[in-house]
Amino acid sequence: MNGLTSKQLIGFSIFLLAIFVGVPMAISATGRWDFYFTLTSVALLAIASAGVWLTFYIGRINIGQGAFALIGAYVSAILVAKAGISFWISLPVAGIFAALVSVLIGLPILRLRGVYFAMITLVLTQVVTLTALALPITNGAKGITSIPLPGGISLFGLQILPPFDSMADTKLAFYILACILMVLTYLALWRLVHSRLGHICRSMQQNEELASSIGINIAYIRIIIFAISSFFGGIGGALFGSISQSVYPSSFQVQDSVNFMLNCFLGGLGYVFGPMLGTLTLYFGWDLLFTLGKYQLLVYSVLLILVIRFLPNGLLSLRLGNIGKGGGK
Amino acid sequence: MSALLQVRGVTKKFGGLTAVNDVSFDVAENEILSVIGPNGAGKSTLFKLISSFLRTTSGEVLFQGKRISDLKPHVVARRGVVRTFQETTIFKSMTVRESVIVAQHLRAKASLAGYFLGTATARADIEAFGRYADELLEFMGLDGIANELASNLPQGHLRALGIAIGLATDPKVLLLDEPFAGMNPEETMRTVNLVRSVRDARGVTILLVEHDMPAVMNISDRIVVLNFGEKIAEGTPSEIQNNEKVIEAYLGSADDEVGI
Repeated sequence: MNGLTSKQLIGFSIFLLAIFVGVPMAISATGRWDFYFTLTSVALLAIASAGVWLTFYIGRINIGQGAFALIGAYVSAILVAKAGISFWISLPVAGIFAALVSVLIGLPILRLRGVYFAMITLVLTQVVTLTALALPITNGAKGITSIPLPGGISLFGLQILPPFDSMADTKLAFYILACILMVLTYLALWRLVHSRLGHICRSMQQNEELASSIGINIAYIRIIIFAISSFFGGIGGALFGSISQSVYPSSFQVQDSVNFMLNCFLGGLGYVFGPMLGTLTLYFGWDLLFTLGKYQLLVYSVLLILVIRFLPNGLLSLRLGNIGKGGGK
Repeated sequence: MSALLQVRGVTKKFGGLTAVNDVSFDVAENEILSVIGPNGAGKSTLFKLISSFLRTTSGEVLFQGKRISDLKPHVVARRGVVRTFQETTIFKSMTVRESVIVAQHLRAKASLAGYFLGTATARADIEAFGRYADELLEFMGLDGIANELASNLPQGHLRALGIAIGLATDPKVLLLDEPFAGMNPEETMRTVNLVRSVRDARGVTILLVEHDMPAVMNISDRIVVLNFGEKIAEGTPSEIQNNEKVIEAYLGSADDEVGI
């Protein structure tokens, strides 16, 4: 149940090789340096989408991840730009802060199910945007700009990582950082889903009453899962702020929250690695359709509807071997 | 014999409707007690009140002398009072074995983080869950279909699975919700024997809500009869069979017949 099969290990190694060696080589060969920014965005959006996927796993449709990404982005930006704290400390703090906020929000709203929960989460992004506009610490509509790049890390006087601004290629550094975090996120997600907590989540997704009758504290598990989900959102957001060196109230909008959800649908709710593929496809799909001009949105929407109609279990149900098969059986 | 479960003046009102009115009775340890009554008598409501799936309006339920009414269902389960559901309430996309494994939540020694990290306690738990699941499935006669999806099971097996899920929590009292509903006499007999063996072999006290009269008369040590939310009789099956109030509740009084 917990061990990886050799086939999965090979797939995972190929994946690691591709993102850490293959992509940088391909980019330097073709000279398309702009792809670093695109792929970095995909990686950090995939981190936030992983959180949304997890709330799906307890049977809740979460269209509010943008709220927690925005919270994470602001917490990190304020800590780094205003308080002068290292980015590396601000990153986990941003995640934990987003998780704490989600506990407060989750306590009343996680009792709701189905479309009612979805509707409440839909307004969360707007609430956080408006809060950011109103609060003095977030600088209102001007946002927080010129956020310093991440500094170096030294342990016992030994420099492990040089400051990002001293590096020749900041884009590559951010790309590697985002990919490492993404891989860690999905490994944690994989492990969680295949541990007992995942089994409990599945029982709640299928029948909450029955789950509580066998002694599972469903309210507690829901909060834990929502907090972990929002932690991922906060981390993704903080990373975004650091890469773009700025955060505005509009950095994450309702549309982004919807996209996080779509990433999960598109990749497949039954597969841990679904949201990662979904994010990549959605992000590039949108860009590729750019040439269609004013028909971009139309074609894009029709394609999405077709995918959801004919591949209700997501793109991964087309199955490239067994790689990435996550939840379920 | 001291009472394991005590129902004390339990009342439930929904707005102006009194679904259960001042019902009291005791369940002794190792007893099989049935609550029966015509449709709408308040059986299901009483069942939910005892398992804390509903809050009481007044009165209380005591288990081993301690109040268990108005707690959260999972807390009541932790104390040892566990309910089953009718057969549509299952973990649809889990196999029989997986359902019984997840239901052993209360037997877990490791923390959730422990399972995530794969500590020694957690690994020992996982092994114990598997072993106990196999034992339970064999006991319930489900070992042949351990790896079937729950949603593919026929009705009789679903009932057994529901009871197996309940048993996996190591309950002291198992509350069964209409365990014989919709069964033919042969299936009913098999389930009656199964429920009896749960009591005899595992020492689980059983309280069931049912309206299949022959089965109830066969299986119960004692019976409580409800009508319009009130307890109208309590006693052994033979006492209940000869109780005029009960006969009246089920068949209607002579006056009613004239009225029709």
